[in-house]
Amino acid sequence: MTAVSDQLVASNVQIARRSSHHTSDRVFRWASYGSALLVLVVLAGILGSMIYGGWPAFSEFGFGFLTSSVWNVGRDQYGAWVAIAGTLTSALIALVIGVPISIGIAIFLTQLCPSWLRRPVSTTIELLAAVPSIIYGMWGLFVFAPLFAQFVQIPVSNLVEGLPFFGTVLYARVPSGVGVLTAGIILAIMIIPFIASITRDILDQIPTMLRESAYGVGCTTWEVVRYVLLPQAGVSIIGAIMLGLGRALGETMAVTFVIGNANRLSLSLFDPGSTIASRIANEFNEASGLHLNALLALGCILFLVTFTVLALARFLISRVKVH
Amino acid sequence: MDATPHQVSAAAAPAWGRVRRSRQTADRALKVISTVFTLLGIAVLGWILVMLIVEGTRGLSLAVFTETTPGPGTEGGGIANAIVGSLVLTFLGIVVATPIGVLAGTYLAEYGRGSKLASMIRFVNDILLAAPSILIGLFVYTLMVQPMGGYSGWAGGVALAIIAIPVIVRTTEDMLRIVPGSLREAGAALGAPMSKVIIQISWRAARSGMVTGILLATARIAGETAPLLFTALNNNFWFSPDLMGGVSNLPVTIYQFALAPYENWRELAWAGALIITVSILALSVVARLLFRKEQAR
Repeated sequence: MTAVSDQLVASNVQIARRSSHHTSDRVFRWASYGSALLVLVVLAGILGSMIYGGWPAFSEFGFGFLTSSVWNVGRDQYGAWVAIAGTLTSALIALVIGVPISIGIAIFLTQLCPSWLRRPVSTTIELLAAVPSIIYGMWGLFVFAPLFAQFVQIPVSNLVEGLPFFGTVLYARVPSGVGVLTAGIILAIMIIPFIASITRDILDQIPTMLRESAYGVGCTTWEVVRYVLLPQAGVSIIGAIMLGLGRALGETMAVTFVIGNANRLSLSLFDPGSTIASRIANEFNEASGLHLNALLALGCILFLVTFTVLALARFLISRVKVH
Repeated sequence: MDATPHQVSAAAAPAWGRVRRSRQTADRALKVISTVFTLLGIAVLGWILVMLIVEGTRGLSLAVFTETTPGPGTEGGGIANAIVGSLVLTFLGIVVATPIGVLAGTYLAEYGRGSKLASMIRFVNDILLAAPSILIGLFVYTLMVQPMGGYSGWAGGVALAIIAIPVIVRTTEDMLRIVPGSLREAGAALGAPMSKVIIQISWRAARSGMVTGILLATARIAGETAPLLFTALNNNFWFSPDLMGGVSNLPVTIYQFALAPYENWRELAWAGALIITVSILALSVVARLLFRKEQAR
């Protein structure tokens, strides 16, 4: 393929020189080249604007910006730790809940589902990704959170009260339904379609012969999945999970609705918290001066973290495709 | 070992015979759990849709489509300005994104095939595809809103375009890649220059897939809220034709109204949520069906 198109490019240069289309051909070539470069420029621009905008905050607070948990607009003191902790915790919860469900869905779609049902079910799961994030926020806040408070937070809090560790981590002082755990659950639902559809594609790429051989020697579906499919697909499934993680880290509107936007650090998963994205969404429009710089610095941290995670994801997913 | 044949029901398709019980249990568990998880995913989508229909239809009336958003404490009102504003912003975004995305995808699939630069751009594009949209809002804020001295529909359109471009680049490239090389060679053999070959042969062969990509990008940006918060913002009036100074739009209106203390605001937020979700889901389904039909031909 590549050799052919290289030849094509080479032969075309000669043809184009002679033809009357010379100029338009060249314009078209440069236009597509320029558009492609624009993609690079946008990424560089995002990074540049975050660093430029966040620099005053970084230089004012130094390394302490990352570790300080003080965020006081009145005194102009800013530290990112509460938001970073909230971001990591909620994303981690999303993975713990979302990954098994996503892999289960992918296994259902590729191994168990009758072929006539496959497409509708696939599409339905993919449509979960098309629902706007703000709708998840409304669902989470108005429908899920009250139920969660009533049927999970209150019973669990009563159960664990006074116990060491669990009495702290799973105790709700105000069982309102919103909090870090609720945000994690909503995030889990939001990342499921991404992880599930990539995992499905990966499982589909594994040669049928491997699967059939395993069934041929008498493996059960569980054994085929566990000892044939998962080892084959392992690394790229981790890539798919990383992609989900990247999504969960930067998700904004849904989290802003359900995390409670509290400014203090709490050890309980039932307590409200905040993430980098939710804090930016909440405070940006009223911010000025150093406050604005601090928010942009938060954006810079979020950019660097998601960039790393997504780059790793892309690397892991593409690695197996080569095989 | 102790699984005797009469214990195995007819529904368990493979005859279990003398298969060890633990293997059978593991297998059953996998099947049941995967099915339950899939049903769970479908149920959540259904639950969200039911919620939207129940809550949204309550606030739905003709006024929703004809009147502007009400001020604080004002009775009645609609979201007509927000709906039109959203259409304008989405249109603006897609009009900017389509040529750039299609050309960039063309570069990756046709000109840059195998080059280092192309694989780097592909890598960056994949990252932008999943990058948090709020960061794109911040970027456009520092790029356009600060220098221009205020929120504007133009900034909102650019932010949406930046979100749409990676989607279009990716689908365009994928679709052009499945166009057989022999078609291009045939065009080149007739003496057509590269641009002609691409426009009249490659693009034409990949057209339905490329249109699907553009429709999916439209669906993606139509519901984006976070990037609009810092760029187009929102207001309660009909926006001025020059799109300066805040353009009302559906997602930000929903965000502001859903959490408001006024009953009519909340009803309008639900109505808006229903309208936007149904439009986006319909667009996504249509895009998929369109593509499938074209492929089937």
